[in-house]
Order: sequence, then C-alpha cells, then structure tokens
Amino acid sequence: MAGNGIRIEGLRKRYGSGDTAVDALKGVDMYVAPGEVVGLIGPSGSGKSTLLKCLGAVIDPTGGRMTLGDEVIYDDGWKVRDLRALRRDKIGFVFQAPYLIPFLDVTDNVALLPMLAGVPNAAARERAVELLTALDVQHRKQAMPAQLSGGEQQRVAIARGLVNHPPVILADEPTAPLDSQRAMAVVQILNEMARKYETAIIVVTHDEKIIPTFKRIYHIRDGVTHEEPGEGKLPGVVGAAFP
Amino acid sequence: MISLAGRDILQSWGKFVFTGVGLGLLIGVTLVMAGVYRGMVDDGKALLDNSGADLWVVQQDTLGPYAESSSVADDVYRVLLAMPGVAQAANVTYLTMQVRSADRDVRAMVVGIVPGESWGAPGWPPYLVAGRQITRGHYEAVADVSTGFSLGDVLTIRRSHYTVVGLTRRMVSSSGDPMVFIPLKDAQEAQFLKDNDAIWQNRRRTEGNPAFNRPGASEVLDAVNASQASSTSVNAVLVRLAPGAVAQDVADSIRRWKRLTVHTRAQMEAILVGKLIATSSKQIGMFLVILAVVSAAIVAFIIYTLTMDKIREIAVLKLIGTRNRTIAAMIMQQALALGVIGFAVGKITATFAAPFFPKYVLLMPQDSVAGFFAVLVICALASVIAIRVALKVDPAEAIGG
Ligand SMILES: Nc1ncnc2c1ncn2[C@@H]1O[C@H](COP(=O)(O)OP(=O)(O)OP(=O)(O)O)[C@@H](O)[C@H]1O
Ligand SMILES: [Mg+2]
Repeated sequence: MAGNGIRIEGLRKRYGSGDTAVDALKGVDMYVAPGEVVGLIGPSGSGKSTLLKCLGAVIDPTGGRMTLGDEVIYDDGWKVRDLRALRRDKIGFVFQAPYLIPFLDVTDNVALLPMLAGVPNAAARERAVELLTALDVQHRKQAMPAQLSGGEQQRVAIARGLVNHPPVILADEPTAPLDSQRAMAVVQILNEMARKYETAIIVVTHDEKIIPTFKRIYHIRDGVTHEEPGEGKLPGVVGAAFP
Repeated sequence: MISLAGRDILQSWGKFVFTGVGLGLLIGVTLVMAGVYRGMVDDGKALLDNSGADLWVVQQDTLGPYAESSSVADDVYRVLLAMPGVAQAANVTYLTMQVRSADRDVRAMVVGIVPGESWGAPGWPPYLVAGRQITRGHYEAVADVSTGFSLGDVLTIRRSHYTVVGLTRRMVSSSGDPMVFIPLKDAQEAQFLKDNDAIWQNRRRTEGNPAFNRPGASEVLDAVNASQASSTSVNAVLVRLAPGAVAQDVADSIRRWKRLTVHTRAQMEAILVGKLIATSSKQIGMFLVILAVVSAAIVAFIIYTLTMDKIREIAVLKLIGTRNRTIAAMIMQQALALGVIGFAVGKITATFAAPFFPKYVLLMPQDSVAGFFAVLVICALASVIAIRVALKVDPAEAIGG
C-alpha cells in the first residue's frame, strides 16, 4: 500500500536569484524504502531543512524529481496541483518541538488529520486512539497538551504524523529536546511504526545518541548527499522503555 | 469535523468572557444611546397624543408651539369653533420653568388648560393615575408622577401657589421634562405677567408719553395701563375635528381665512422629529459611529492578538493540510462569538440600566435586532486583519530552519 517509499533524483534548490542566489541543494539523490528509517545528517547550512521543505511540499524545488509513495510529486518544474491535500494524505510531519494544538485534547490533536480529510469524527477518534495505544499514551488521551510531559507530547506528535498512514514521514530533529532514554524510545517507536505501516521515514538529526541506530545514513554536505552504511544498533525490545 | 474556534474559546474562555464583557458594556451604552433617541421621539409622540388635538393653530409663520414660540390672541378659539369641521377648540399655553415645592425644585413644562366646564377639552391630560382633574379656575394643579410631587403638595409657580389635585403618567415635553397642568388664566399670568417693579417702570414710561397722558383725559392713561397689565395671549389653539372632517381641508380653510398657521398631526410630528430633536439625534448618531469604531477597534485588536499567539499552531495546521478557508472560518467565528457574548452582555446591561437614566430610554426590539447584526458585521470586518495575517503564514515556518 505504501508503494515505493521516497525517491529523489537530482533535486536542486536555488534561493533568490542573480548575485545573491544561494544553491542550497545541488543535485540530491536519495531513496528510502517503505518500512525503512534513514538518518539525514550534515553540518549547519548544508541544506537539511531545505530538503525537508521540498519533500514536505512547502517550497518548490528548482529542478530534479521527487516521488512519494507511488506518485510523482515533482518533475523538473511540474508539480502536483493540490499540495495541501498531498501534505494531508501522503506526508506525516514530526518536529523537534511537538507543536500540538493547545486547545485540542490529545485524541483530537491526532484525530484532526483524518477529520480534515473528511473522515467522520467518531471514526477519526477511533483511529487516533488506536495509534495512541500503539504509542502507549492512550491513558492520557483526554488530557490537554499542556498537561503532558515532553516525552508524552512527542509521542502524541508522532501519533499525529502517523494517523493518516502516510507513505512518508519527515522527522526534523525529533529527539533534540529529549534525554537519551526518551530519545531512544522515540527512535524505537519510529522503527516500529515504519515496519508496521510500511512507512518510509527520514530523520534529520544532529543527535549523536541516535545516529548509531540507523541502518543507512545520508550525509549532506554543500547541497550534495552521500550515502553511508550505519551501525543499525537498535537497543532493546520495542515498547519496553517508554519513560 | 470539530469546531476549532469553539475548542479554542473553551480553552481560553476567561479571555473571551473578559473581553466580551468589556465589549458588552460598550454595546450596552450604544443600545442605551439608541434608546435615548427612541425615547425622545416617543416623548414627542406622547406629547402630541396626549394633547388630544388634531390641529395646532399657532402664530402665523411659526413652527409653534413646541419648536418655536408662538402667540395667538385668546379669543381666536371662538371664531375657530364656528368653522365647519371643527368640533372643539381650546386655548393652551406652554412654559418650561422651575417649579418649586416645599423643599424641592423641579424643571417642568407648565401647561395652561381650560378648566372646569369644558371637560376633556384638547390639551387636558387624557387620564390620571391618581386624584382628579382641575375643576376650579385657579390655583389647582395636575402634575406628572415623574416630578415626584404627590397629591396635596403645594407648588409655587412664579408668585402663586397651587395644590396638586391629580397625577398623570408619561406626560412629558419633547425634551423629557414632566408636565404640570394649571388653569389657563393662571398660566397666562405666569407667562406674561411682569413683576411689580417692571409694572411700575412701565407705568412711568406710559405716563411720560404725551400721547397716552393727555391733560384732561386721565381715563386714557388708566385704560392703557390696564391693557398693558392684562394678558390676552395664548401659545396655541388646539382643535379637535368633527367626525368625518378632513384635517387638511379644515387646516387650509383656517389658514386662508384667519391668517394663522395651522399644523396637522403629521406636520407636528415632522417638526418635532425633524427640527426639535434633529440636533440631538445627530449628536447621538455621532456617538453611535464613535462607539461602533471603538468596538471594532477592540474586537480587531483582541482577535489580532489571539491570532498572533497562535501563529505557530496556524503554521502547523497549514502544514498538515488544513484549508485556508477552515483557518479563516476559525478566526471569524471567534470574532463573531466575541460579538455574541458582547451583545448578550450589552443587551442585559442596557435593559437593567435603562430605568435609571433621567430621560426616557425606549429600547425597541428592532433596534436590538439591528444592533445585533451591526455587531456581527463589525466583528466580521474586524477579524479581516487577523485573517489576512493568518493566511500569510507560511507552512514552511512550522518546519523551521
Ligand atoms: N529562505 C532562504 N533564502 C535564502 N537562503 C536560504 C533560505 N533558507 C536557507 N537558505 C540557505 O540555504 C542553505 C541551506 O540552508 P538550510 O536551512 O537547508 O540548512 P540546514 O542544513 O537546515 O542548517 P541547520 O542545521 O543550521 O538547520 C544555507 O546556506 C542557508 O543560508
Ligand atoms: Mg535546519
């Protein structure tokens, strides 16, 4: 169902024009298979956020080709017409900060996405609770975001990223604010969810603690990616170490 | 789909209620202002209704007797009575002045009416809430309850004393002053009678005039003095038409034959609303505009701040695929909710505060309905700035650098 994961070929992005133009991406090639979690690392200013924004369909690339799931979303200037629906249905986002909607309770924060896609409230909430259960925060499902711990918030945010079963999840420094135990738990969850829902996940990170967990890592430097094998060391049994 | 606006309001209801109450007080003032205007119009109509007249006969080329001063000879009514179509005609005087009782002093419109035998003549108070009508030709008064006087009180008007024998309700002048009815003769005196010093001065002046003070004809001087001391003027003659008579036709014939100005009921109403309270209503109109602008500014500011507090969440909502329409609707619904809270508070405030205003405040349901829609329109417009800001939010901001 998740199709082909993420495929990026020769992706370029130039900010501005003329003398002040910045070539943030100079031909990025990348592939993430369904069910796979890959790391994207690189020094500051190397183009990580730019790449995520292109993949997340919030900025337009300058050239190249992107395929999400089984759909070409960008091909050398051509792009999918309804980017909003694309983001809603095909891409899950997980950020450094959870960015939950403060006036919705945990369940509705997650259920909002299917609701936006037209799923009836009850069914959307059912789906949300299912994911909250998978992430072991179902006991907090009626709490408001402000009443949750940082780790719980992040798990709710992950549930929100997953709830529409998107073929792709883009995670931007998802572990930055967490201690190493919680950071590991988040990585475990992402891996488990990738397997369970056949999702292709890209994790942008600086976090030394979690880098060894990736089987494959894309290193980005000066707008060009290099693929490297990772250590693939995922500690413990999934679900055992929720803080 | 859940209501984002509703959830946000529930979450920060304190802010909404607080702002809503503030806005509500403003709206309350606005409704009372409109009520004051309605009250003035209604006072004017009550004045016309209660006079019981179909035609007002006044001095030529004046808008009397309420909007301009007017003086008509007090024997004109007899001639009018003889005209076809006229059923009743009665003299009346109006004079706004301070009326004193033992310890108090009230601004009132003193109305001189023909007492006694001409029961229920035009100008008489149509009904009493206590006591009886004036039956004697002198020194009795019927006062409106809003003067605060009660039966048996003794009022001082100029140099004479009057006993209150009856009380009326909602008998007010077009400026809201309560009416005090006294017998016509007394009222004429109160209006035209000069003080002793002035009379004495006037006599000296007449004496010094050789035309009046002819040697050997001292009765001329006496006659002139007598004529100067008595008053034979009233402010208007109120005419009641015979059944079947057409007001306009009777008015035309009086105008033609008597060289007097005649106003019909419709013309009187136009004079009161269009001339007498025109400035006040413009003043109130200005206040309404200012209050509307202030309310709009408050709503705009609050909604703008609430939206600015949510920029991050709005970026996230956009990133996860929320339509612009949904976000705009969320903001506009909040503005409208604020307006609804404000209107409810305002309506309640106005209803409870209205009786405490010194002037009659008439809250008309259609003003409330119009006010409600005006509030909604103002709130919707006020949310436009916030909506524009929210729509400009770039979903890329949610991803950050
Ligand atoms: N909106 C923009 N306009 C112009 N230049 C930009 C813009 N956004 C990013 N850049 C430039 O593009 C390059 C890549 O930026 P990007 O934000 O992708 O880096 P990054 O890898 O996310 O860095 P960091 O780790 O510091 O977040 C940088 O040189 C940056 O200055
Ligand atoms: Mg970045």
